[in-house]
This record gives sequence, structure tokens and C-alpha cells, in this order.
Amino acid sequence: MAKAAIKQQKAEATEARLAGLTLPESGAWAREAREAALERVRSMGLPHRRDEYWKFTDPTSLTAEEPPQASVFETGEPPLFDGVDRLKVVFVDGVFDPEASDDLSLEGIEIERLSEAMAKDIHWVRDLYGKIEGASHEKVDRPLAAFNTAFATDGVVIRVTGKPSKPVSLVYLHKSERSDAILHHCVKVEEGAELTILENGPAAARFSKGLEVDVADTGAFHLVRAQGRDHERRAVTGTFARLGRESTFKTFTLTVNGVMTRNEAYVELTGDEAVCHIAGACLGDGRDFHHDATVFVTHDAVNCESRQVFKNVLRNGATGVFQGKILVKQGAQKTDGYQISQSLLLDDDSTFQAKPELEIYADDVACSHGSTSGAIDADALYYLRARGMAKAEAENLLTLAFVAEALEEIENEAYAEELRERLAGWLERRRDRAAG
Amino acid sequence: MLDIKGLKVKLEEEDKQILKGVDLHVEAGKVHAIMGPNGSGKSTLSYVLSGREGYEVTEGSASLLGEDILDMEPEERAAAGLFLAFQYPVEIPGVGNMTFLRTALNSQRKARGQEEISSADFLKLIREKAKNLQIEPEMLKRAVNVGFSGGEKKRNEILQMAVLEPKMCILDETDSGLDVDAMKLVSDGVNALRDEGRGFLVITHYQRLLNHIKPDVVHIMSDGRIVKTGGPELALEVEENGYGDILNEVA
Ligand SMILES: Nc1ncnc2c1ncn2[C@@H]1O[C@H](COP(=O)(O)OP(=O)(O)OP(=O)(O)O)[C@@H](O)[C@H]1O
Ligand SMILES: [Mg+2]
Repeated sequence: MAKAAIKQQKAEATEARLAGLTLPESGAWAREAREAALERVRSMGLPHRRDEYWKFTDPTSLTAEEPPQASVFETGEPPLFDGVDRLKVVFVDGVFDPEASDDLSLEGIEIERLSEAMAKDIHWVRDLYGKIEGASHEKVDRPLAAFNTAFATDGVVIRVTGKPSKPVSLVYLHKSERSDAILHHCVKVEEGAELTILENGPAAARFSKGLEVDVADTGAFHLVRAQGRDHERRAVTGTFARLGRESTFKTFTLTVNGVMTRNEAYVELTGDEAVCHIAGACLGDGRDFHHDATVFVTHDAVNCESRQVFKNVLRNGATGVFQGKILVKQGAQKTDGYQISQSLLLDDDSTFQAKPELEIYADDVACSHGSTSGAIDADALYYLRARGMAKAEAENLLTLAFVAEALEEIENEAYAEELRERLAGWLERRRDRAAG
Repeated sequence: MLDIKGLKVKLEEEDKQILKGVDLHVEAGKVHAIMGPNGSGKSTLSYVLSGREGYEVTEGSASLLGEDILDMEPEERAAAGLFLAFQYPVEIPGVGNMTFLRTALNSQRKARGQEEISSADFLKLIREKAKNLQIEPEMLKRAVNVGFSGGEKKRNEILQMAVLEPKMCILDETDSGLDVDAMKLVSDGVNALRDEGRGFLVITHYQRLLNHIKPDVVHIMSDGRIVKTGGPELALEVEENGYGDILNEVA
């Protein structure tokens, strides 16, 4: 198809999708922000299979007017992070549930609902909402992120002024088979302040999430999330961050199950000596599983460090995609950039596509990237079995070991251990299923 | 203990016969040594016995305590009491040495219908065994064999043997890469395990090891066969004159 024809097709599809939609009610500044985002959607057009960053992932179900049905999955397990002392903020099918949530107050942070913040004439979030997302399209179009900014109906905005005693835990429950949730959160970490956010749950049949994080000098932000085990759920998420001098930003995402996941991250290191780690592990079983992590890190200051560590375990025809880029701008000397994406393919049917990219305009930098995919190491498997481990048990041990490198990116060991146990459980159930 | 009769083995992938009829009988309580030129099939024999993939048994049998082992999975052979100390121990990144050993021990116990060992008991057990072999606690925490020196890897094999307490121990060139002191430690470790109910098959190139671990029987393997069997003096002869005379004599 010719370029012009695709452009035409995209424009028509975009208008058709937008035709039935109206921007949610909000105050003056918020209305402006939404309209600007809507304009971005129009000018970029909704994603098309021929777009450079959608070659490996079919956006159709993410842009369709109606979300495909997704049944609710009862795991029979206690929810993640249940034992953690935390400030719980619950959303049911994308709607804030005050009953199930804790009182929104915690020393060291100001937290309120997005809709409340948006109704106000003056609010700090005005300088953040849609701003980092808006800047993220410089090199790569992210129309679904702009769409999220335009149409988000709920979310929280958090200003972090100190070091709160506990994390904020966003819990996303999925109760309706047709729910279509659009959430957008904003976090502003003030100088020297620190916050950890825990996120878990499938959120909806189809979930669009935006998260914008502005970390001021010497601030720190950590995100540990698990995307929920509902098999049929779909999610497209965008994490956008801007990092000041000597600040820290670390995220880890665990994805098990779900038919469609597209997780984008866009981080700008704008202050010297900032540190950014983006890690993830995904475990997919079955032909319907599709997971895509698309990461873009921009170094625009000196002496910064960034790491991208992604591990995929794929079986029975599952698909994994990794598109990761490190952009080092002119003058961003002494950049230390690292990127690794690896897949363990437990059978010949599963596939992993990787598109690692480096774009460097500074001369004194150390950047490396690597991508591998392969089966379980036969020698290691034999060694474990020769010591008495059953084949499936040895495979699980090696699989966990494979994922361990990504889990190690989580600074808090208790959270890492909790996720590790869930992973072990997931593997064990599959082992039992395979055996029985 | 271990009975091997007329064992012939070829590679699965290509038409290459490696073992050409091996007969070997190791009694409980005895130490047998196998020596032989490079490429004669010593490691292959140990791999075939422990169940490594890639080999095809075309003739013959092998049994452990009267049970045919050739049809068993590697883990079943281990549970039945077979242990191979590898010539080249495998590095396993991401799997802690302790976790590995505890999982292995419990797998074997489960397979034998025994109860799993408690964490506390296991810790006690491994600390004691590691101390005997002068293995630093720090090494137990590291990933299996990753970054271990050649000698450390070999000591780690013997540690596994000491913890798993197998009935039939096959040691494939456990002495190679060991310094003089480590050789003594490893030999002490092996000798500590010697008892009435346990058999050993020690593959080595050097008489030196056999000074520490005194064999009852010495076999010479060449071109896929045991070509000569004798007492400890056979090892001394090899040490002095090499294989030339022996091989000429049997040819
Ligand atoms: N997988 C394989 N592919 C090709 N050749 C093999 C394979 N395994 C064994 N061989 C060959 O079989 C023969 C016997 O090898 P093996 O490792 O058993 O010898 P060895 O007696 O242990 O020697 P060394 O003393 O050097 O350790 C060699 O010629 C070797 O190259
Ligand atoms: Mg050998």
C-alpha cells in the first residue's frame, strides 16, 4: 500500500473512532489539556499495522470502538501486596471506589482524584498533565498515549513533598466483561522527596493507562506493578517520566497472562547524574498471548545511567516483543546506557521479536545493548536431573533463574520476593497441568 | 553394585561407535579405577550411565543393585543411588548453590518415599560437609559453579556427593585442576564416604590421585573397551611407561 493511501486510511479510521466520543467534563485548564491531546491524536492518527513501532503488534483491538469481551478470572489467591502496609487506592473497572480505598491522606504526600483536580481552576497538576506525554512524540508517535490524555476519566494525582512511611498501592479490579477503562495518574516528586507506587490488577476488559512522573532534583520514584492474571484482558499503558539532577526512577513490571499488553515507557534524563531503571518480566502461555514492551530513554544530561532489563518466558505459541531505544543527545557525555532483552522459548511455536536501537550524538559514552532468545540450556537441565530433580522441576528452577535477573532490578527485596513466589506458583501450576 | 555387560554405544546424531563392548563389575565396598588414553570413551561411559542425551545404546546392559538403569530418566538413576562427579561441572547462573543442593536432596528423598529435610537440618548438614572440604560459606551462596575456579568446581562436586550420599559414585577426572592441597581434601572427602555399602568408579589419568584414594581394581580402557584389568600396580605401570606397552601387549 502506498504511503498516501495508508495516511488516508489512518485519518479516516481515526475520525471514525473519535466521532462517537466527547471529551469528559473538566475545568478550564484541563479542557485545554484534553483538547491539545485530542489534536495530537488527530495529527498522528491512531496506530496502524504499517507504523514503524506497530509492526510486531496489532493495534486493532486497542483502537476498536468496543473492547472485546474479557471474562473475569478468579485466581483463588490472595491479592498481591495484601500483607504490605500501604495506602490503598482502588479502582473498579476504571472507577475510583472510595469505599474500598483507604482515606486519601498520608504524611509526605498530597493525593487526590484526577477528576477533582481537573475541576479546579488552579492546580499544580496543570503543569504536568499531558506535558511529558506531549513531549514524547518527538521521535516516535504515541497516539494511544495522547488518546489516553484526552479521554481519561479517572486517576490520582500525587504531589510528593517528603518521604512517606508507606507506598501508595493502586489496585485495579476487573468486574465487568465489557469494561473499557481509561485512567491517567500524575506524580510530582519534589526535591529530595521519595515515593513508591505498587500497582496490581487487570483493571478492565480493556485498560488504557497513562502515568506521568516528574522527579525533581535528588528525588526518587519507584514503581512495582503486576498486570493481573485475567487471561482475556487487554492493556495499553504509557509511563512517562522526566528526571532531574541526581534523581532516581525505577520501574518493574510483571506480566502474566492477558491476551494483549502493550507497555510503553518514555523517560527523559534532563538533570545530571540521574538514574533510570526500567525492567520487566513476562510469562506467556498460549497462542493468544501477546506482550509488547516498547521503551524509549533519552539522555539529555551528563553522567546519567539508564538500564533496561527485560525477560520473557514464552510457551505454547506465545508472542513477545521488545522495542527498546536509547537516545543520547549532544552533550550528554559520560552516559552509561545498558539494555538487555532476553526470551526463553519453551517450545518451537513461541516467538520473540526484538528491535533494539541506539542513537548517539555524544562521543564520550558507554552504551550497550543485547538481545537473545533460546531454549532451556540442555547441559544445565541434564546436570540438575543428574542430581535428582525431575525434568519439570529442573525446568522451573532454570526458568525462575532466568527471570531472576529482571527481578533483581527491584530495590525492595520484600516486593521482589513476593513477585518471585507468584512466578514460581505460575510455573508450578503449568507444570502440574502439563503432567496431568 | 554396578554391572555393565557388553555395553555398546554410538552417537545418536552420527554413525560413530564410541563404546565397543564394555564389561565392568564394581562390587559394593570397592574402589575401581579406570585409566586410558584421551578419547578412549571414559567420559562417554559415565555419561551413558548417568543418562545424558545424545547417545544410543546398541547392545548390552547396565544395572545398579540389580536394577536395569538404561531405561531410567537421569533423575531416577540419581534417586536409585547413582552419582557422577562431572569432568566439566556445569555453570548455572541464577540458581543458588544452596537452593540447588536442597532441591536436589529433597527430590531424591521424595522419589525414595522419604520425608523432605527441614531447612534447619539442611543448613546444619551442608555447613558441616562444606567445612570438611574447606568450602567457604560464601561459595554456597553463589550461583552454581558460576565464577568458581577449576578446583572450586571439583570440590563443589564432592560436596554434592557428600550431601547426597549416593550408593555408586563415578568420579570423572575429579583430580584434574586440583592443587596438591585440594587433591588431599577431595581424597579425604571421598575416603570418608568409603564404606561397605558403597561402590566407586574413579576415572583418572594420574597415579597421584590413586595414592590418596587406594583402588582395589584398576582397568585400562582403550578405543571403547576395557582392555586390561589388574591391581593397583597397573596404575604404577601406566605412570612409569605410559600406555604403549600395555596396548601393544593386548593388541
Ligand atoms: N557428542 C559427541 N560428538 C562427537 N564426538 C563425541 C561426542 N561424545 C564423545 N565423542 C567422541 O568419543 C570419543 C570418546 O570421548 P570421551 O569424552 O568419552 O573420552 P575420554 O576417554 O573421556 O577422554 P579424556 O581422557 O580426554 O577425557 C572421543 O573421540 C570423542 O571425540
Ligand atoms: Mg573424559
